[in-house]
Order: sequence, then structure tokens, then C-alpha cells
Amino acid sequence: MNTDNMKDLYFSDYHKPVGYDRRKFLKQLGGGIVITFFAGDLSITNAFAQNTPPADSMNFNAYLRVKENGRVDCFTGKIEMGQGVITSLAMVLAEELEVSVYDVDMVMGDTELCPYDAGTWGSLTTRFIDPPLRAAAAEAREVLRGLAAERLGVSQNQLDIKEGTVYLKNDPSRKVTYAELTKGQKIVKSLGEKPAIKKAGDFKLVGKPVISLDAEAKVTGKAKYSADIKLPGMVYATIVRPKVLGSKKLSVDASRLSQFEGATLVEKDNLVAVIHEDPEVSKKAAAGIKVTWEAPEAKADQETIFKYLEETITQNRVFEEKGNINTGKTNSEKWVEATYLDGYKAHAAMETHTTTCYFEGDKLIMWVATQSPFGTRKQVADTLGMPEEKVHVKQIFLGGGFGGKGFCMEAAEAAIIAKKCGKPVQLVLSRKEEFMYDRYRPAGLVKAGAGVSGGKLTAWTFDIYCSGTRGTEMFYEIPDFRTRDFNKGGVHQLFTGAWRAPGNSTTTFARESHIDVMAHAAGINPMTFRLNNLKNENMAATLRLAAKTFGWDKAKKPGHGYGIALGLDAGTLVALIAEVKVDKETGVVKPVRIVCAQDMGQVVNPHGATLQTEGCITMGLGYALYEEVVFNGGEVKTTNFNNYEINRFSVTPTIVSVFMDKMDAKPQGGGEPAIICVGAAIANAVFDACGARVNRMPVTPDRVLEALEQANKA
Amino acid sequence: MKQPISFKLNGKPVTVAVNGDEPALTVIRTYLDHTGTKYGCGLGECGACTIIVDKEAVRSCMIAAEYLEGKEIITIEGLSADGKLHPLQKAFIEHDALQCGFCTSGMIMNAYGLLLQKPKPSRAEIITAMDANLCRCGAYNRIADAIESLAGK
Repeated sequence: MNTDNMKDLYFSDYHKPVGYDRRKFLKQLGGGIVITFFAGDLSITNAFAQNTPPADSMNFNAYLRVKENGRVDCFTGKIEMGQGVITSLAMVLAEELEVSVYDVDMVMGDTELCPYDAGTWGSLTTRFIDPPLRAAAAEAREVLRGLAAERLGVSQNQLDIKEGTVYLKNDPSRKVTYAELTKGQKIVKSLGEKPAIKKAGDFKLVGKPVISLDAEAKVTGKAKYSADIKLPGMVYATIVRPKVLGSKKLSVDASRLSQFEGATLVEKDNLVAVIHEDPEVSKKAAAGIKVTWEAPEAKADQETIFKYLEETITQNRVFEEKGNINTGKTNSEKWVEATYLDGYKAHAAMETHTTTCYFEGDKLIMWVATQSPFGTRKQVADTLGMPEEKVHVKQIFLGGGFGGKGFCMEAAEAAIIAKKCGKPVQLVLSRKEEFMYDRYRPAGLVKAGAGVSGGKLTAWTFDIYCSGTRGTEMFYEIPDFRTRDFNKGGVHQLFTGAWRAPGNSTTTFARESHIDVMAHAAGINPMTFRLNNLKNENMAATLRLAAKTFGWDKAKKPGHGYGIALGLDAGTLVALIAEVKVDKETGVVKPVRIVCAQDMGQVVNPHGATLQTEGCITMGLGYALYEEVVFNGGEVKTTNFNNYEINRFSVTPTIVSVFMDKMDAKPQGGGEPAIICVGAAIANAVFDACGARVNRMPVTPDRVLEALEQANKA
Repeated sequence: MKQPISFKLNGKPVTVAVNGDEPALTVIRTYLDHTGTKYGCGLGECGACTIIVDKEAVRSCMIAAEYLEGKEIITIEGLSADGKLHPLQKAFIEHDALQCGFCTSGMIMNAYGLLLQKPKPSRAEIITAMDANLCRCGAYNRIADAIESLAGK
């Protein structure tokens, strides 16, 4: 897209450069009614504990504007990457403001227009942005009601509002629209006290399915992603990468560069790049640059990594403990130990990391595929030694994130290149680079031990290596248990980071596999065993809903198995049941059907929540059955989708998602929770189908055959 | 030295200078500013760059620019060229068969190619035809439903 056509950006876009000062910004915002929500005004402020904005950004955290044409701008530092908050946030705003959801324009992730936000991750948006938005929308509604009362010469309680029109309850012909009320107004109001927010019974929109508001832009190819921005005089950068992560540059031989007319070398410290106005020439010229690198020594590969981690990490902290584990162990009729393994997993979003940027004087303007526009702004500013207010990260769609776009190495690289060459720059990582520089879900292992007596869990030990403790709070009733967290900085030779529900897929795989092992040790079916041992009644209710929806008692077809997994993530309770078919000759596992029940509190957009659940399960089947990063030390051998198998059409089972009815409760996370249970449910179903207990993900045919052989020996 | 090639893009004749060995994807996206077609893998492994060349769905990252000479190309922008959504696009919206949207153009163009070749595909034929198109967000079942809803229409 050319800059002339910037106005065609799908998002509401504001071209006038605006200052860092938000009060100044408000002046420039033009007419309308602006409601700001100041931190500290509401009791829900603690909901912002996830955010620690710099002091000068604390002016306000959320705001909306009713424009003079009656449409509404909703400003949020969150971004849209497919998780659907572009729709659900518009819905809660429309609900409280009494406008059509189609009259809401979402302005997202622009660091100069939107309030500070740490990042879009952790299934936090609905939990923490909803409340202030609803409050601000309710406040705006009341301001408009007040204006209407003046205009119509009646008292406020005589008025009702529908679809942006205020009318007299007993004479609907006397009415005035928001557009009419807002015309010529310039009201900026901060939220003083908590306005009345609707109860579930009054909802007109929340709780009803709404199709994604960005769907049309996406099916027509009009939705803009970072690589779709084309600037006048722009060059395309290709970076010469080493073979091994962590390599240091020793020397550069660019003698072949002259074969490519117009190609320029850009070098800074370890960075070696070629730029050209034609991306193909840029790539070819970069391929001709010879860089000698010094690579760090390899310490482990995908097979030896688990032993390496266990031996290298000795420090631990107790995360949760109750009773005395030694007593519990002694009191158990049966005690079973096992170790569960999970390799590195890639995010593999369909869009690779991409940045397009240019300097306007000393100011840097960028479109970055980032889950954290404000974090990227800081990272780029720090790298280039610029003040943060000189970096403007603009709104753009992301082609998937899953946690992988929380950090954007390429944004700083593109900025360095743009500064050095003085031209607008686009840097699109190749798929190979995307795999190599991904911040993987870390490889991890869990050493679990458990005791049972008379069908009850009596003792439990859970030592987690590298997978963290998210969602591991104990929800089974066990008198003596201990969960320990083993970790060490710098232990990984690959980059690691947050992968959809960080660590929780690994620990849930371990816990729920081991619960199944204990059920079988106790001679009780895994459903009854769980229900007998759960202390969390909401979890038990969620499991019963899953069992009923699935038809747990239905007879299985030959070769089929059922598997259960329970989990806790982002405030949501998950119960997932899988049916698989296992070919005992080949070890191939075919998922047949998956039912997922969730207690996620109030479900704002049941349709959106269903999409997220289906997405979690479809993506989760990849880590459960196929995905494993192959590497040696810092050399990543996984390079593309031909050697990193993700889930496909032909192996996607029927998926059913159901939600506990909790419309009066607070909404909880929806983007991540369902993914955590997929691995264990599949592994448990495989065991149920054929007796193979696979303790390492992915559950590959080889591992199934090996486990079958072991089972037959025993 | 770049040489001009000519072909039809979404019904309109275009001429563009190319070296000849560039991927058609670059010609369409970068030289001709049709950014609805996406780069996902560069090896024909994901299908995000799928376009129609003479009524057949192909991976634009895997065909060379020179091959486009004289061909009729349709991209996602061409499906709704008259301002009206194509039934496939409508079906994708109705089934909400997308999340991040990055694979969507390729999915729709691949499905369009299938329907051009076979107007009434069975569910199994849809799955087979679509199997090499990847979606990380997990919209597969909805995409298959959307295509199936059009089969025979």
C-alpha cells in the first residue's frame, strides 16, 4: 500500500502526528464526547496489576469517544491477532452505551492514540479491559442522557435509549440521536465514581453470538498486516544469519555484492544485512555475502535435552505444599513414580515476524507484527538510544501470535537498518528465520509421584523443570502434597518464551497422565476416580458437563479409546474428553472426537469463545501428536512446515465446546485455557485404546509402538 | 535485465517488468501491490499464497514470474471485483471460518480452484483438496463447512 492510500487502512487511522502528552492529544482529538478512565478512580484498579506503565503514561488507562456522527471510537492498547477482542470489546462497549456494535470503531495498539498496555497475552483482555470499558461506556451513556434531557426539556428518568437514540418513554416520537447530541460538543469527562453497569438479565448483546467484525476485511484481502504496507522509496532488507544461535561475527566477505546493482550492505555490530528496492535482489545478494561466525558449543539435542536439564538444574523453590509428603508416602497403599517429557514447541503463526518502518526527521514510525506495541516501542527506543516518544508503533492486524510476538527482534533490526540507510525499510522474516529465532515453549520435564489408598489420592509430589507453575494450584483433595519449581536462567540454548498458556500444557500433560496412572493403579475408571478426588466443586461440575455432552458411558468401537484431562488456566476451569483410534500395527493415532467443557464465568461472545476453544484444540493436537523442534545446541534443524508438522484438515476431529452457565459471574480467560488439556486427554485416550502409556509429547507412532512393546513385556 | 511480461490479473491486462525467475508471489504482492495474497513459507508447504492460474489453484511462491506470461490470474481481490462478495467469501463470513485471517486468502482461493474443477465435491474431496493449506488458528472444520455449504450451488 502506498502512503497516499493510507486512508484506506481498515482501521480508523489518524494521520496528524500527535504528541506524547495525552492531554495535548485530547485537545487534538476533535469534537465529541470523550470518557477517560483514570487509574485509581475505581476499585477495579487492581485489575491493572498486569500493567506497570511508566509514570507519565498514567494519565488514563482507557477511553472512548462518541463522535459527532454518532459513531464511537474505542481506544485500547490491545491488538487483534485472531483472538477476537476486536469483536468482544466492541460488544461490551455497545452494550453499555446502547449503540449498535457495528457503529463501534476499534482503535487498537497505536502507541500515540491508545492508552498504555503491557501486551496482549495471558487471556487478560476480557478479564481486565472489559470492566473499565463497560464503566466508561456506561458513563458516556449517562452524559448523553443528561444532554438529551436538557435538549428535550424533560427529566433524565423519563428517557430510554436504544441504538444510539434517546427517546421519551411515554412518547417515543420525541427523540434525539447521539449524533445530534454530540454535534458541536467537546466534552471530556473522567470517570469519577463507578457507574451502574448492567446485570446479565438486562443484556441485549452480551451473551449473544456475534460474527467477527473483522471477517469481511479478511475474506476480501483488505485487512492490512505489517508486510502489506508499502512506502515510497522503500527497500527490502535481508539479514545474513548464522547457522547457530548465539554465534559471534568474526569477518564479512561482501566481494560479490557488486554483482547486484543497487544492493547495499548494512552492518552494525553482529548485524549484517543487504537492502535493495527489489526483495528478490535483496535475497539473492544476501545469499552471496560470506560471514564467518564463531558458534557456541552444543550442549544438548532434542533427545538429550531432558537429561541435560535435570542434571543442570539443581535449584528449586517449593510452589505449594500441604501436610508432610513423607508421612503421605508411608500411608499410601500404592506409590507410583513417573517422569513426563515435552520438547520445544514453535509458535508457527502463519505470518512470520514482520516490520515496516521509516524515519520522519528524528521520529521513527513503524508497523510491527507485535503483541506488545508499547513493549516494542521501548525495546526499539532502547536499542537505538532514542526517547520512547520518538517511536510510534501504529495499528495493524497480526497474522497470529500465540505468545510468539510478545518480543520482536526484527523491529529493532529494521529500525537500525532504516536509520543507517535513511530509507523506509521492510523486514519480513523467512519461515526458516521464524523457526530459528522463535521464542519456543521451553522443553521441560515433570517428575511426578503419587500414592493411593482405597481409591483416594493420599500423597502427591510434582517436580517441574522449566515449565513453570501456571495453573498448577492443586485442585484435587490430597492430604499430603508438594509442588516444586526447578529452573535456572540461561539453561536453554534456544530462545524460549511464552507459548499459548505458558508451561501449562506441559504440566497438565504430566498431572493428568499421572492421575490416570493412579486411577488404573487403584482399579477405578478415570472418570469416577477424578470425581472422587476433586476438591473443587466447580471443576467437578465442569467435568460432569463434559461427560454428559461426550456420552462417557457410551460403548467404544474396537480400537478406540477415551481420555480425560482437567486443567486450570487464566481463571477458567477446563474439562476435556478425547476419543481416538489407534492403529496397533503402525502406532498411528487418529483423533475422532473432542468435547471441551469450560467454566469461564460470563461468556461475552459465546460464538467467539467457541472459536477460541476450537482453535485451542486444533492447535493443541499439533503439540500432542506431531510437533517437536529438532536441534543440536543452538542449531535449529527445524526449518519449515515440511519438517515441523502442525495439525491439518484431514486429522482434525469433530470438536464440541460447551460452557457452564455463569452469566452473572466475572468473565475469565478464553484464548488459552482449552489448549492445556489436549496432550493428556490424547495420551490417556491412547492408553485406553491400546494400553500404551506414552510419557513424552508428541505422542508419535514410534513412541506408541515402543510403549506397546513395554506394556506387552509387563 | 528485466523484461516485460503480460498477463490478465483479475480480468485486467497488466504488463510488468521481471527477471523471470522471481516467484509469482513477489510479482503479485510487491510489483503489482495486490497484498491480499500472503507469504507464509516460500516452499509451497502452507498455501497462504494460493492464486488461480488459468482456472487452477497454484502456490504462487512456487511458480516463476515468466510462467505467468499470457495466463489468466485471479487473486483474492478479484473475487469481489464488482464490489459484491463472492459466495465463498460470504460462506467464510457466515461460518466465521477464520481468526487471524492470514491463511484466509489462500484458503478461499484454493477452495475456489476446487469448485472450478469440481462444483459438487464431497466432504472427503474437500478435505483432500484443502489438506495442504495450513491454518494455525484452528479454523479447519469451519472452513470445510463453509466450502461444503456451497458445493453444488
